[in-house]
Formats: sequence, structure tokens, C-alpha cells
Amino acid sequence: MELAQKTACELKRMIQTGQVSCREVMTSVLDTIEKREPVVQAYLRALDRAELLARADATDKKNARGEDIGILGGLPIAIKDNICTKGISTTCASKILGNFIPPYDATVAQRIAEAGGIVIGKTNMDEFAMGSSTENSGMKLTRNPHDPERVPGGSSGGSAAAVAAHEAVMALGSDTGGSVRQPAALCGIVGVKPTYGRVSRFGLIAFGSSLDQIGPLTKDVSDAALLMQVISGHDPKDSTSINADVPDFMECAGNDRNLTVGLPREFFGEGLDPEVGKSVKDAVGLLEKAGCKVVEVSLPNAGYSIAVYYICACAEASSNLARYDGCHYGYRAEGVDNIVEMYCRSRSEGFGPEVKRRIMLGTYALSSGYYDAYYMKAAKVRKLISLDYEAAFAKCDVVIHPTTPTPAFKIGDKTENPLAMYLCDIYTVTANLAGIPAISLPCGRTSSGLPIGLHIAAAHMGEKTMFEAAGKVERLLAEAGKWKL
Amino acid sequence: MEWEVVIGLETHAELATRTKLWCDCSTEFGAAPNTHTCPICVGMPGVLPVLNRKAFELALRVAFAFKCKVPPRTFFDRKNYYYPDLPKNYQISQNYCNTGTEGHIDIPVNGGSKRVRIHNVHLEEDAGKNIHPERSDADYSLVDLNRAGVPLLEIVTEPDMRGPEEAQAFMETMRRALLYTEVSECHMEQGHLRFEASISLRAPGAAEYGARVEIKNVNSMKAVTSAIEYEIKRQTRILNEGGKVARETRLWDDAAGATGRMRSKEEAQDYRYFPEPDLIPVTIDDEMRARVMAAVPELPLARKRRFIEAFGLPEYDAGVISDDRRTADFFEEALKTYDNPKAVGNWIMNAMLREMKQRGIGIVELKPKPAQVAALAKIASSDRINSPAAQKVFTIMMDTGDDPEEIIRREGLEQTSDSGDILPLVSKAIADNPKAVADFKSGKASAVKFLMGQVMRMARGKANPQVAEKIIQEELGKM
Repeated sequence: MELAQKTACELKRMIQTGQVSCREVMTSVLDTIEKREPVVQAYLRALDRAELLARADATDKKNARGEDIGILGGLPIAIKDNICTKGISTTCASKILGNFIPPYDATVAQRIAEAGGIVIGKTNMDEFAMGSSTENSGMKLTRNPHDPERVPGGSSGGSAAAVAAHEAVMALGSDTGGSVRQPAALCGIVGVKPTYGRVSRFGLIAFGSSLDQIGPLTKDVSDAALLMQVISGHDPKDSTSINADVPDFMECAGNDRNLTVGLPREFFGEGLDPEVGKSVKDAVGLLEKAGCKVVEVSLPNAGYSIAVYYICACAEASSNLARYDGCHYGYRAEGVDNIVEMYCRSRSEGFGPEVKRRIMLGTYALSSGYYDAYYMKAAKVRKLISLDYEAAFAKCDVVIHPTTPTPAFKIGDKTENPLAMYLCDIYTVTANLAGIPAISLPCGRTSSGLPIGLHIAAAHMGEKTMFEAAGKVERLLAEAGKWKL
Repeated sequence: MEWEVVIGLETHAELATRTKLWCDCSTEFGAAPNTHTCPICVGMPGVLPVLNRKAFELALRVAFAFKCKVPPRTFFDRKNYYYPDLPKNYQISQNYCNTGTEGHIDIPVNGGSKRVRIHNVHLEEDAGKNIHPERSDADYSLVDLNRAGVPLLEIVTEPDMRGPEEAQAFMETMRRALLYTEVSECHMEQGHLRFEASISLRAPGAAEYGARVEIKNVNSMKAVTSAIEYEIKRQTRILNEGGKVARETRLWDDAAGATGRMRSKEEAQDYRYFPEPDLIPVTIDDEMRARVMAAVPELPLARKRRFIEAFGLPEYDAGVISDDRRTADFFEEALKTYDNPKAVGNWIMNAMLREMKQRGIGIVELKPKPAQVAALAKIASSDRINSPAAQKVFTIMMDTGDDPEEIIRREGLEQTSDSGDILPLVSKAIADNPKAVADFKSGKASAVKFLMGQVMRMARGKANPQVAEKIIQEELGKM
């Protein structure tokens, strides 16, 4: 087994005990990139090989001297291209930011560096994180490592594909309506959407500010807990970040506790691929057999979630993306005669069609005379969805359902039908609307070998319970031989 | 026909914080372009605002000072519009829940006062500045973002003013109130304080307001007044000719002395306000309420009234002393040492403010403390020193900050009222000046004055003039 195929936790142990060097780990990952990237195309930018090896060497020297190399010491990590990295171009896979190099690090990038992690590259995504297949990238097409004819999911498709193809040991993505969990499910890896406010958004290029959270994409639950440990915690630079202690997630993932599992009836009905539904129910059966109580719960307003989500997220996006106007940085159209023409042409030429669609949707929803009917109404229903979850969590510790209605679909299958694409997020957006933590982990494969994702949501700030449940599901599935990446 | 003039004013005041509203950049005026900027105030991708609590508390102070209703919790909204001096293309402001609503401010009108209702007080960020090259063939403009993100307070009145004089009184009162509450430095030339007027006319006694015209680009109080006067004439002419005034926004052209149409109501921008998701609501709890309320001073007009009513100061004196908050504080502090408002007030007005002006210093650089000025006022009201000596003591106090008692002792300025000390001097003056005695006998009153001068010269100014004159009269009478 190549080193690149190992989990972060395994490599961490091997590096710390001197079994392998950071250089060997880095070399293995860079070789994998060289080998698989021509097909997978996960990265928009991989950093210079010599520079990355030099950084691995520096960590090895530190380690040899017995110094602390940090809890991510020497681990190669990929970062989604909407997370600012100082001196490294950050484009959101958009032409409009094609030339943008941030003079600052996102708080998460800074925390990874402080923990000794090595950023190896920036990954492809749907432009401005708007999409569910990474096909909306303004730069390139990323393929699912399990089947290159299929999408990796999105919008963090590059990060998911990189981890699934072992082109990175771990990766960061961002999740506004499912953009970490859905590609994790489609690529057969683990993805976490933390509680809103658990992880700082400073330096995350905003899409829907009240929904966006940065989260890890990893090979297993322990790795997700490890990366969450590093990126979580209060940040004075983000007013919406929550000032609360960060539990020991790694320990939580190893806890064996019998929990009460809630199955929301709304998420096992129409539109769900039978193979996906069966796989998730089988996993729940393992939990029940192991002593967990299983109850049915209801999220009565979940049916409105896609509508509410697209109003809230697009309204915020229409304002968040107003700054890309050709004035101060980024793409500016050539040969314009006046300021209005500069705005119009820079934006028309710089943004792709899905981004334009959402800016228009959001602008409309906020317009005078429509605000109450759309934005205000959506905000109210959003609150009802939160209350639905509160009621559910009064009956159970975690809510489990499929992450997506179907496994990875074929490239081009949904590009002509935006609404069908929007429905990819039908089981994931509710967690963003309610601000609660959720994780997707693989629970099996379809008959054609495509990964299936199981979704576990916990109450607000309930990452501890979420990791306990995810750890338990993962162990039971491994014992039953249901999953191996 | 005579029409009733209806005016509402918007006040924009830059708050006197050291740093900007959402980042740590300096608010200092006059720096080289774009040197007081960071990724946050230039609106780079991914950055987030963090509220400057100090700025919020200053806004709250103003809300309390104008007796506004203050909600238990407030929040910020985004006001969306495109302009190069606004790098995010939205301004973080307040729309759905202002810091203060339904307040009022009293302005002086015709010797009395008038209450102008405040619709709301809210906090927002200032924009930068677009700079257009003077060359007419230039194909670029520049943007200076030093001012972008400076905390800006907006105070919106109800349409309660009825003429340019009231608008003028409002602006002056507002400026003084903002200086008094110490929330803004109010330097008009640095753009700390800006006003915008909206004007409409209606038939006297009409219940409905007429079509409102908003005037922008008024850069001084004088420009506001001129623009209002121009608008009144323009609208009067339209109405008298049977026309209808259009509801629109007009731009003031200072050089032309006229307003021109900027946009009509139909073209009005839709700002698409919505709650700012990057900031959390601000809770105004009892502790904050009490703390901020404690920092709210009595406003100048109320203080002036109190100085007249409680201290019996003449209207003019009360106005001069209450004009500046620190002078008024100085005055009241001095009264703790010597409770004679008239005497202390005189010293402050006639000696202190005059000397400060001559020396070009402000009250913070002043050496004498209130208690010292009060002590001098008290000494001067007794017959211990005479008036020229007291003036001399004050000048020395201004130089050194020493106690008046110390100066009097050091300089030997205490006057004598003891007739035992003065009589020999009078006798000598009479003996030395027989002509004066003769003049006195022939009925020339000026002879006494002359002899007084002689006595005061011999006493080196330290003789009590009343006592000396009495003794001279007595001695001459004996002859």
C-alpha cells in the first residue's frame, strides 16, 4: 500500500515514531498527483514540488531534533479555492477572480500552518461554490475517481476527488447547502459541515454568509475529527464565530455509546434511489443490533427547504458578489467607455451562467415590493425548520438519513436542468438552514460500485455526539465489511 | 400666494473614534491616499467586519442625548448600490432597527425654543472618495479609500422646520450638541459634519405635505441655507404658476447658486436592504444603558437656560459660558469653590476667555484650575486687592498656574485698608501739594483725584482706594 493511501492519523503516528519521513509522505502524494491528476483534475493549482519537499524536509529536521511538529506535522493538505491563502492565487474557479492573489490567509489556513500541516494546492470547485457537480467551474472539469464518466459532486468536488484519489491526505471544503457532504458522499469519503459559527469564516470567500461553513474532507471519521480539532474555535475576526470550548473530537470519535437514532420519514420517501435507501437502512440496522434505539422523527417543513435555501443563499450571494465589479481587483473588461459599462461588461464576461442566475434570483428576492413575500417569508420558514430539528432532537441524539438521493451521476446529466441539480442538495440543506452540525460518511456501494453516503446530523454545537455516532457507524460498517475506500 | 415651507434635515457626522468601524485602520484625516486601508476596508474577498464597540456606544450616546427610544437589541443591514468609493458595493448601515428612534432636539427660535423631532439615529460606514483628474481628456478616475469604513452617524429629523432660519438654527444647535456629547470633532472642512435637506411647500394650514425635494451635494451650512432659499423660490414659482412640484432629488451647484435635477422618484434606487449576515445583533443591556447614559451631558441649550434660571446669569453671559462644554464644566467646577456665579462668570468671560483667545490656547492647555480662578474671584470681590492687582494676579496665573494667594504674597499685592497706614501718606500728599489744596477749596473736585494718585503712587498701588479717598476728603475737610 502506497503511503498516500493511508489515513492522516496513520501517517501522523508513523511520522512521529520515525517509521516514515514527511519527505516520503509528500513524495508519495506528489507522485499520486502526477499519476492520477491527468484524469481526475482535482486541482486548480498544485504547489511547486521542490518547495513542498523542502517544507517536508524542514518538518523532518524539526522532528529529528525532537521538537514539536504540531498535530498536523508534515501532512499534505489540499484547500478549496474559495479559501484565501496568502500569496497563493485564490479564484473561486471564476474568471472574475482569475488574477486574484490574497495578501492574507484565511483563519483556517493559518491554523493549519500553525499545526504543522502543509498546503499542497488549491482544488477545483463550482464557481463561487454554486453547484453540486463541480461542472460549474470556470476553469476545468473534475472527474469522480471511482468512475471518470461521473461527477465528483460539488461544490467542493476538487477537494473530495483529491482525497478519494489519494492526491491529498486531507482537504478543506466549504458547505453552504451540502457542498462538503454531498461530494464526500459521491466520492466515498467523510465530509463534515460544522455548527454554524464553530469554524471561522474569515478568509472564506462568501457565497451565502449565514449558511457557509468550512469543513474537512477526509478518508475516515478520525481524520475528520483531527482536522476539525485544528480548525474549530472562536476567532475574533469573525463576529459570527461562537466563543465556546472545543471538545476533544478525536476522543469522541472513539467513544462507544449507545445513542438514540432518529430517522426522518420525509427523507426516505419519493425520489430516493432504492439502493441508496437500502444501504443506509442496513447501516441503521447494524446500529440497532449493536444496542442503539431507533425512532422515527419528522421534519414537517423539510419540503420547503430547497425553496427557502435558494432564496436565502441567493439573496446573500447577490450582495456578497457585488464587489466583483472590475474596479478594485480581479477581472476588468477591456475598452470600456464609462463606469456603468465597466461594471456591466466586467461582470457579464467574468461570471459564469449559474452565478449570474443566482445573482438575478437573489436580487429579485430582495427587491422592493418582493422582500416580504420572498426573503422575509424564507427567513420565517427557516426558523420553522430549526424548530423542527429542535423537536426531533428532543426524541433522539442524532438524525440519520442518506446524504444524497442518488449516487454520483454522469457528467452532463443535469447541466441542462438547474432544478434537477438543485435537488441534489435536498437532504443536506436543512442542516445549513438550521445551523446544526452534520457529517457524511460512506456506508456502502451500489451494485455498479459507486459509493453511498450516510448523513448524521446532531443538535446545535453537538459535534461531540455527531462524532460519537459517526465513529460507531464506521466501526460497525468495517466489521461488517461494508466499506473500504 | 404665500406657501408654508416644510424642511427636514439629515445630519451625517463622522464619529471621533481612533479606528474605523469594522477594522483597525486609523481614521486620521489628511493621510496620503489609500494608506489607511486594509483588506477589510477595501472590501477584498473573504474578509469580515467586526464592530467597533466604541463607535456603537458613541451612537448610543447621541440617541440618549436626543431622548430617543432605544431598542433592547439592534442590528445592521446592507444597503446595496454600486459606486467605486464603496468597495463592497454595499454599505453596512441600519434600516430595519435603528439605534434610536422618536427623539427630539430643541433649537433656539426668536428668543424662545422649538422642538424638532428626530425620526431616527443610526450608525453606518462612510464611503471613500472618488478623485477625477482635472484634465478633461483623462480616461481614468482614482479612488481614495482612507475614509471608507469610518464610522458615520446619521440623524434624520421629521419635517419640522418651517424656514431657512430654523434650518440654520438646527444645524448650529446640532453641531454644538455633537461637540458637547464629544462624539464628533465636527470639522466641516474635513467633512466630519454634513447636512442634507428635503424641502416641500404647502398651503398654510394644509394637513398633507407637498412633494418633497431632496437636495444633495451641500458641503457647508451656508450652502444648505442657500440651497433651501433657492428651492423655496423655485417651488413657489412653480406652484404660483399653477404647476406641480416633482418629487425628486436635486443637486446643489454652489458656483451657480442653483439646484439641478439629479433623479426623479421613479428613478430612485432600490437599495434592497437586508440584515447583514456577517454581524451579530448588538444587545443593549442594562449595564451598557447605564454606562452610556452616564456619559450623556446636559445639552447646551438646556444648560444655558439653567445658567440663567438657577444662577441668574444674564442671557448673553449664559450663552457665552455654555457655548463650549469644557468652559461650562470649568465654570460649574469653579462654583464649588466660590458660589458666586456672577463674579466667577465675569472672570471666566472677561479675563479667561479673552486671555485664551489672545494666547491662542484651548481649555485643555489652560494652566489655572477652576478652584484657582474661583479663589481669585473671591479675593477680588473682597477689598484685599484692587482691580489692577487682581488682573495682574490673573496674568501670572495664566503663565504659571500658581495659586492666587501665593502670587499675591510673592508679589506683595495685598492692599491695605488700615487708616493708620494710609493717613501718613495722605498727610504727606497734602503737605507736598498746596496747589491741590487751594484748588479743592476753590471747588475743583479734580483735586481729590490728583491727591488720590499721589497717595496710590506712594502706596505702590496697595492702598484701598475707597479708604484712601475717604481719608483725603476728611483731611481736606478739616482744613
